Amino acid sequence: MSLLELQRRMSDSIMQPLTKDYRMRSRSVRGQPMSAVAADFIRPNSRLTSFERLEIYNQQYWYRIVSALSEDFPGLSRVLGEKKFDAMILAYLAENPSTTFTLRNLGSNLVAWLRKNPKWTGATPDLAIDVARLEWAYVEAFDNAEYPAITTEDLADIGDDTIFTLQPHVRLLDLDYPVDDLVLAVHRDQPVSDVVSNAVSGKQAPRSRKRFPGLQPSPIFLVVHRFDFSVYYKRVRSEAFQLLQAIEARKSLGEALEMAFAESLATPTEQANLIQNWFLNWSELGWFCKTELDKHSMDAHPHGEI
Amino acid sequence: MAANRFNGYTDLGIGIGLRIPHYRHIFAEKPVVDWFEIISENYMVDGGRPLQVLDQILERYKVVQHGVAMYFGSAQPLNRDHLRRLKLLARRTKTPWLSDHLCWGSVDGRYTHDLLPMPYTREAVATTAANIRQVQDFVEIPVVVENVSSYAEFHESEMTEWEFLNEVVEAADCGILLDVNNIYVSSQNHGFDPLEYVNSVPAERVAQIHIAGHSKFEKYILDTHDHPVLEPVWSLYARAIERCGPTATLLEWDDNIPTFEEVHAEAMKAAKFLNAHSSPSFAEAGTNELQEINR
Repeated sequence: MSLLELQRRMSDSIMQPLTKDYRMRSRSVRGQPMSAVAADFIRPNSRLTSFERLEIYNQQYWYRIVSALSEDFPGLSRVLGEKKFDAMILAYLAENPSTTFTLRNLGSNLVAWLRKNPKWTGATPDLAIDVARLEWAYVEAFDNAEYPAITTEDLADIGDDTIFTLQPHVRLLDLDYPVDDLVLAVHRDQPVSDVVSNAVSGKQAPRSRKRFPGLQPSPIFLVVHRFDFSVYYKRVRSEAFQLLQAIEARKSLGEALEMAFAESLATPTEQANLIQNWFLNWSELGWFCKTELDKHSMDAHPHGEI
Repeated sequence: MAANRFNGYTDLGIGIGLRIPHYRHIFAEKPVVDWFEIISENYMVDGGRPLQVLDQILERYKVVQHGVAMYFGSAQPLNRDHLRRLKLLARRTKTPWLSDHLCWGSVDGRYTHDLLPMPYTREAVATTAANIRQVQDFVEIPVVVENVSSYAEFHESEMTEWEFLNEVVEAADCGILLDVNNIYVSSQNHGFDPLEYVNSVPAERVAQIHIAGHSKFEKYILDTHDHPVLEPVWSLYARAIERCGPTATLLEWDDNIPTFEEVHAEAMKAAKFLNAHSSPSFAEAGTNELQEINR
């Protein structure tokens, strides 16, 4: 058996979902007995069969990735409830194995996957998706790049044809539910951990995961961003959000303003004041950068859908 | 200390792994620590707090990078993006050497995020050595490989684990990060003599040593890094130091992490072994090797 063939057989086996009681399945996805699959390439010893030796790796794989993904979405776990959340992430990970060297990107497809698979979104699908979007935006805002920011002085030179570039850590979310405060509270209670070397992990002890209190829909516009190495959620009004969305879409300032205020009830004077204040505030927060976004390689950190 | 060309002729002493629960203590108390080992992948990000923390650590401490996802033993080509990011990080940390594991963990673009054992075959030796050479050429820093703990062996294997390790490091001309806890764990799981392993490793290639705790179950031992170092592992460590000389040593404690002081105190137990072998003869041996290289 070649090295590649052995690695394919082993990875197929250990990435196969576990049974409900966290054991290796008795049959492979192709219907072969796993005892025969394991015996084909793994040597037994006096204490463990080939199946049992392979099962250690099968269990470790799932413990590790389930734990990593759960840490990124504690709010979603509260919305769905522990049992449904655990079942959901097992289903998601079975279809979306890690494709990069870092566990950081494990949740990059979760929002899109939930939209395609609404049966996993519980009794309040829009709420679940809002929370998942916000939690993934947090992951991105936490460690996406930050380039030299334009300053308030730079604003003196702008005109209608200026094209601004948002910092990669600035993420824009239009949410149906006001989930920001609740997600903040959940994340505050969340212990932080990092990837460690070599060590294996046991099945995580169940944490106390209280459900969210009932939330009523009430749309909000949120900017998730990083300032002084901490992630913040900033609510903005509709026009400001549309302006930022247009800027993100690489529209010129003139076009972006037109789009933002197309349906606004603000008077021209009010609009002028709002625009001036927003740009002063946003440039103080460092949301615009001098570097062209398209020069930045995000290959290893897919944005996913938020 | 056993300075050699595989650890950049450094003699770093006793280090501990940089872990999030200790950040606050480290920044507030600024404890005296010889060096910190970081998990490279935790800092191979584009920005944000991980890099800010790292920069603060680098202002005061020496840092050595330890990777968990290069997968030298992969039958398929190495991930170029990973390599590029690794090199960028190495420029930032000025790590004297880079370590990762003698294992594989991904195939066909799917990552297990585990350190999976190798079949000890000639084909695996050639593939692994070629990958290590490729990394070494790219990063232009000494690369050292760590033996992993394992729970399975393959029918395909044609040699012992230590024979495999020795053949790989010879063919790749790289150093070794000797994890004596991993040797102990694997010896119990596979029924070999751990001392024979330690005695067989080419001492002149050992750049660094790992020590850690493990957990014993009914039928096997798991490498859990959640305990103090156990006595049989200290015995292996003593023998390794006896053979290799006082070598940069790192305590791994990754789960149920106690206070910084407890971890540091556990790591410092290694000092008595290192001091016992800090004799002039070892220092002389290191100097001689250096002179030989400089000629």
